[in-house]
Amino acid sequence: MEKPKTVKILKFHPKRCNGCLECEKACSMVHFKTKKGGEQPAIRIFKKGNSYQMHVCDQRGLCIDMCPVGAITRKKNGIVWLDKNTCIGCQACVGFCPINAMRKSKARIEPFKCISCGACVRACPENALELVEVKIAGIREVVYHKPGV
Amino acid sequence: MVDGQIPVEQYKTNNTKHKWDIKKLRSGHKILAEYNYKKRELQRGYANRTLYVNLSTRQIKEKPITEDMKKKFTGGRGFGLKLLWDSIKPTTRWNSEENELIITTGPLCGITQYPGSGKSLCLTISPSTNIICDSNVGGFFGPYLKFAGFDALEIQGKAKEDVVVVVDGEKAKITIETASKEETNSHLLNEQLTHMYATEDTDKSRQKISVVSTGTGAEHSWWGCLNFSFYDIRRKTPRMKQAGRGGLGTVLRDKKIKAIVAKVDKFTGVSNNPANPDTLTQVGTKLHKEIRDLDRHQCNMRTVGTGHLVEIMDAYDLLPTENYRFGSSPKASKIYSTEFYKLFTKIIPDGCWHGCTMACSKTVDGFTVMTGPYKGQKVTVDGPEYETIACGSNMSLWDPLWILEFNFYCDTYGLDTISTGTAIAFYMEMYEYDTLNKDRCDGLELRFGNAKAVLEFLHRIARGDKGDFIQVASKGVRRVKDWIIKNDWGDKQLVEDTGMESKGLEYSEYVTKESLAMQGGYGLTLKGPQHDEAWLIFMDMVNNAIPTFEDKAEALHYFPMWRTWFGLNGLCKLPWNDIEPANNAETDEPAKVPEHVQNYVDIQNAVTGWNVDKKELILQSERCYNWQRAMNVWMGRGRRKDDWIPYRSMGPATEKEYLSRKKRYDEQLVEKLGLSKKEVENMMVKEKIKILYDYRRDQYQKLADAVYYRRGWTPNGIPTPQKMKQLGMDDPKMLRMLQKKIDEDEKAGLNKWGGKYKKDEKPPSNDPRYWEKW
Repeated sequence: MEKPKTVKILKFHPKRCNGCLECEKACSMVHFKTKKGGEQPAIRIFKKGNSYQMHVCDQRGLCIDMCPVGAITRKKNGIVWLDKNTCIGCQACVGFCPINAMRKSKARIEPFKCISCGACVRACPENALELVEVKIAGIREVVYHKPGV
Repeated sequence: MVDGQIPVEQYKTNNTKHKWDIKKLRSGHKILAEYNYKKRELQRGYANRTLYVNLSTRQIKEKPITEDMKKKFTGGRGFGLKLLWDSIKPTTRWNSEENELIITTGPLCGITQYPGSGKSLCLTISPSTNIICDSNVGGFFGPYLKFAGFDALEIQGKAKEDVVVVVDGEKAKITIETASKEETNSHLLNEQLTHMYATEDTDKSRQKISVVSTGTGAEHSWWGCLNFSFYDIRRKTPRMKQAGRGGLGTVLRDKKIKAIVAKVDKFTGVSNNPANPDTLTQVGTKLHKEIRDLDRHQCNMRTVGTGHLVEIMDAYDLLPTENYRFGSSPKASKIYSTEFYKLFTKIIPDGCWHGCTMACSKTVDGFTVMTGPYKGQKVTVDGPEYETIACGSNMSLWDPLWILEFNFYCDTYGLDTISTGTAIAFYMEMYEYDTLNKDRCDGLELRFGNAKAVLEFLHRIARGDKGDFIQVASKGVRRVKDWIIKNDWGDKQLVEDTGMESKGLEYSEYVTKESLAMQGGYGLTLKGPQHDEAWLIFMDMVNNAIPTFEDKAEALHYFPMWRTWFGLNGLCKLPWNDIEPANNAETDEPAKVPEHVQNYVDIQNAVTGWNVDKKELILQSERCYNWQRAMNVWMGRGRRKDDWIPYRSMGPATEKEYLSRKKRYDEQLVEKLGLSKKEVENMMVKEKIKILYDYRRDQYQKLADAVYYRRGWTPNGIPTPQKMKQLGMDDPKMLRMLQKKIDEDEKAGLNKWGGKYKKDEKPPSNDPRYWEKW
């Protein structure tokens, strides 16, 4: 299989955001079939001063090599995917994510993450979110492997 | 492979590939006994039943676990002790019909959220010591045994021909099957059985099999270890971890068991049905993050495993070199972890159970075997860990490749690297003195540093060579000491002082000469000199944090109890203190790692639904620790004389050693023994050695006095019935037995303190029968 070279990741335009959290609700609908938001969306919007900030997985894929059962893979379209049927709930990916973007909800033991599905983009009334294509080579990160580094 | 993010299926090890004719192998399988059981869910960490298999009668049955058993024995090693007490006799020896091989799990075993939670605890009567040996081991077998429905597996009796015992959690069926056509050596046998029992021909399916096996070395020595497999979906090979100490593999083969197989259909992160999974994930994730952020600045376990200890031990004069004569060597940098780092395969989640992000199970893949039956093949070598590397320095092998070769063959032949390495180091020293020589060693030139002779020795053991030396030497240091003394080949005292065994078991790999507390950590133990009860060298020698006998005794109470606790629960000790919170040094008791102790309180409560605190954790251990000691007493050991250690572990046994650290010892004669500098200058080395010899041996006796007192034991080391009752261990048969043994000691005049106390010194209590007033 040829390795994917690009991946779509979320880009956030804070100036357009009104803080309505429709994106979070749409995301929790994707993952947990609920509009509750709260701890169940993969995307999170935070207020920072007078503006907003987005917190979400950027598909760098450090978690891929953390998974003992091979539940995390990079799909053909480049996104980093956690297969919850293979996952055994160890939270290694959650603990080692350098940006804390692998999420865990109380609803189930297996973590979840952004899959660049675009549900949040479509749900945003202000067009504050978009999916942009980036080169994987420019974002990929491997779990460190040198002593003391 | 250093790149990372390689799809699992595209990983390559460059190992020699085998194609097994599974049909042909299966044709050697005849089902001797079969038992179907009812599947049921685990409840808060417990399966609430154990599995009993008798190979002689072919009986297979379930035994229930009562609430009383949980209260008294917690699980894991505790359950193993209870099962043994109910099944063996005080006269039971390793090869007795009624001896059992027990593999247990523990209530926390099999959780995936907290690193180090997949340990099995194995117990049997050891050929080396004639008492219980407990050995803990990673790999998938323990969790799978529990997910299949059992907290412990108890195997009694002996088969007449080679068998495998299969615990099939998918079909809820136990079978005893003949197995005549498989290999015996683990690296091949585990592969064959993993392929044979996997439901589908996929790596995911193979990952749901775990095999316990040993090798031909275990058949012909007393150093047999158990290899527990864990299938690696990236390397596509069943890797293995060892229950190394005490000859458990020897017992496995004596029972004619080729392997034990456990299989599960599916499990999840909550298969234990914990009372509070959210707490588990919170506490576990906190530790994952700690490891992520701090391991690279602390132990580098994720990159080099326990091998990082080599350079530290070398720096502090603790790395056993040439049979523990020295604690460091100018050559040691050749085997530092930096050298093994170059050889280890990188970026694979190297945990021996899922979710262990300490990931210390390093391997060298595609290693080309240099000698023996597998010469020229490329294999995965599991390790080396610190102890195995230090066996290298102990035998004066300074080439990482020869250490890998030693590691590979010990593993696949089913030989404990520690006992094997420590014993060979002793034989090498005896060879240097011409106490042993080429003629007496069946033609082997066992000089320090002769790697080829070391490997040839292993190959001959594995082949079942009948030479006199091979026959005796493969039974360990104690037997060789007796053999040398019987033949009058060397100075008896030197032989006794330099062969590094206690209770009949070989030492693990630390030099303890300058740490009295650690001498106790090896000698005042249940199974023999293994560092899993206490590791106090830094506390004692480097930081001088436990200066008095009372302080040392407190440490030799707390730490053995604390470390025992891991074995009751199915946990690994490493994530307790081989990673520490950033602020640990600022806490009241940094050596205990208080935050991590609280983690363990929290996860035991989270799984079991109990409401215990840290004191209760120690009590859980104390009950089992005392029970095991009482069983040692029952079996005729477990007294002061059995806790004796060879002088080499207390101080310099030879002139060469004394002179190598002359300044240190001369100063001690002045500072600790009150001699004048002039006196010391004028003394012969032999005289100085003798003075230190008497002093240090007496120090050890005084330490034993203090420790026995702290533990609530008689001055001869017997747990008192009063102590047992305090702990809630009220088995009348045991209490009567202990009282009888104490009375026998009293008659023989053995209920007295061992140290020689001067006027200004006091024994722990003026009344040697102090416990009677409790």
